[in-house]
Amino acid sequence: MGGRNIFENVIYLDNSASTRMDEQVLEAMKPYFFDTYAVATSEFGYSMGIDAKEALEKSRGSIASKIAANWDEVIFTSGSTESSNTALKGVAWALKEKKGKHIIVSKIEDFPVLNTAKALERQGFSVTFLDVDAEGFVNLEGLRNAITKETVLVSIQHGNQEIGTVQDLKAISEICEEKDVLLHTDATHSFTRLPLNVKELPVDLITMSAHTIHGPRGIGALYIRKDTPITKFMDGGFQEFNLRAGVEDIPSAVGFAKAVELVTEEENMRLKAMRDRIIDKALSDIPDVTLNGSREKRLPQNANLTFHYVEGESITLHMDMRGFAVSTGSACFSRSLEASHVIMGIGGDHERAHGSVRFTFGRYNRMEDVDAAIEAISEIVAKLREISPLAKK
Amino acid sequence: MKFPYSQKVLEHFKNPHNVGKMENPDGKGLEGSPACGDMVAVYIKVNPDTKVIDDIKFESYGCASNIATASIITDLARGKTLDEAKKITWKQAAEELGGLPPVKAHCSVLAVEGLRAAIKDYEEKHGLITEKESTTEEVVKKRLKHVMNPLTGLDVIRTNLILKISVEDGAVRVVVDLPANHQFAPAIKEDIVEKLGSLWDVEKVDVVFTA
Repeated sequence: MGGRNIFENVIYLDNSASTRMDEQVLEAMKPYFFDTYAVATSEFGYSMGIDAKEALEKSRGSIASKIAANWDEVIFTSGSTESSNTALKGVAWALKEKKGKHIIVSKIEDFPVLNTAKALERQGFSVTFLDVDAEGFVNLEGLRNAITKETVLVSIQHGNQEIGTVQDLKAISEICEEKDVLLHTDATHSFTRLPLNVKELPVDLITMSAHTIHGPRGIGALYIRKDTPITKFMDGGFQEFNLRAGVEDIPSAVGFAKAVELVTEEENMRLKAMRDRIIDKALSDIPDVTLNGSREKRLPQNANLTFHYVEGESITLHMDMRGFAVSTGSACFSRSLEASHVIMGIGGDHERAHGSVRFTFGRYNRMEDVDAAIEAISEIVAKLREISPLAKK
Repeated sequence: MKFPYSQKVLEHFKNPHNVGKMENPDGKGLEGSPACGDMVAVYIKVNPDTKVIDDIKFESYGCASNIATASIITDLARGKTLDEAKKITWKQAAEELGGLPPVKAHCSVLAVEGLRAAIKDYEEKHGLITEKESTTEEVVKKRLKHVMNPLTGLDVIRTNLILKISVEDGAVRVVVDLPANHQFAPAIKEDIVEKLGSLWDVEKVDVVFTA
């Protein structure tokens, strides 16, 4: 389980930020750096290029089949940021003259969707930022009422990056279908962890990522349902069905497909058990703890808890000194010194964001890690509360 | 392994000195607010004859720099006279700590302000402040230097967030260069009202946003 390094003893519980790549992924990628290193050529090209092309299309096919899509409905991108940019800007630009200049996103989207929507706003689009309830769910009636004749796209995430809430995509997609509006979903954190089937759900575009599932960084994918109007976002060559220019990253595509193949239902159940244990233990063993997000409808790998009267950066630093990597929604932790827009979005205040800690699990975590983490955090929180002027003593 | 702070900061953060609440302090100061982020309370016991700080304690609801600075500043103030302790600056505290990340400057300022507020509280209670200064635009401006602009981590005066200050018959009006629906508007407003409302001759604080 991993080579020796200075972080060997670190218990890494920040798997939604990124994951440790699986060795099997690296092994699958290697031949495409050193043996079959040609660009993907047409079937009339030279043999090494034909082999490369085959590897690319096979990888595309296995990623597509994971969501029951056709192979030619998936394009590779540089990651979920590019996928979401392509989806939002591509559809907005394709339909602005034909249909209108209105898009709808939820308030708690991750930055690729949120800030792309804001960029479109600066380009003259109007954007509705949908409110969510206290657990992070989009109000379905609110969505229905927000859709107008001018609406070209709705973008609502599948599972939330911070609080793990999983939206009711079935209901959302049915509303969009009924209103004849295209739907994009950012599935960066749910892809392979939760079932997603485009034959059953009328979702038109899906953002996917490799590095959140022990695959390589720098590659993602975008599902685009056949005949979806979309304008090419970046100009250049004719790669990726003439939708994404640039020489294809075949080693990464192969690595991505391998990463998808390695996720099993058994693993997802294991992550879910760790998630449940940390939530249950924190709520029962530590006083004044609030769970952020839904208890039931949440990503299997995500737990997010607010430890009241203490500050998140102090917790994460203490955790770091004890060998745990976790993150917080506290303003003090972020580069921008802004409190989490997700916690604020679910009606939380600065105080709630201030003491929030996110634990996200991955392949290399074990149940013992959960027990060690909960023991550490309960000591740390008790210690910080001793010096907090807000804590009840 | 790399931590974002100096070894000295980490030591004070891990085992802070002078922590806890003090029963019946001679002076106490509270700076910051939960709404805006960090908060620090400083308690002092003062020798009535020599005006030396005999005992000092703090409580913190804050990040690592806040805790570490409060720890070092209380060390520095112990055994000093009130006049000496007043002169301790955040720069001094930061230097003692082997430097602090610039973005975290406001956290160390907060701890220093806590100490000064505790000293002021003592002086007011013990009649050491004979002349009460009436509130002017300058006084308001000085106070607002203790209100943080969470967008930058620096105070609202230095970051030009305050467009206008007016003082008339005990009513203070402050115009803030932010829309009222901004993420930080309520927190900034609360902080301003708290900082100005405690001035002895101020009866009303009006915080106005630009949109």
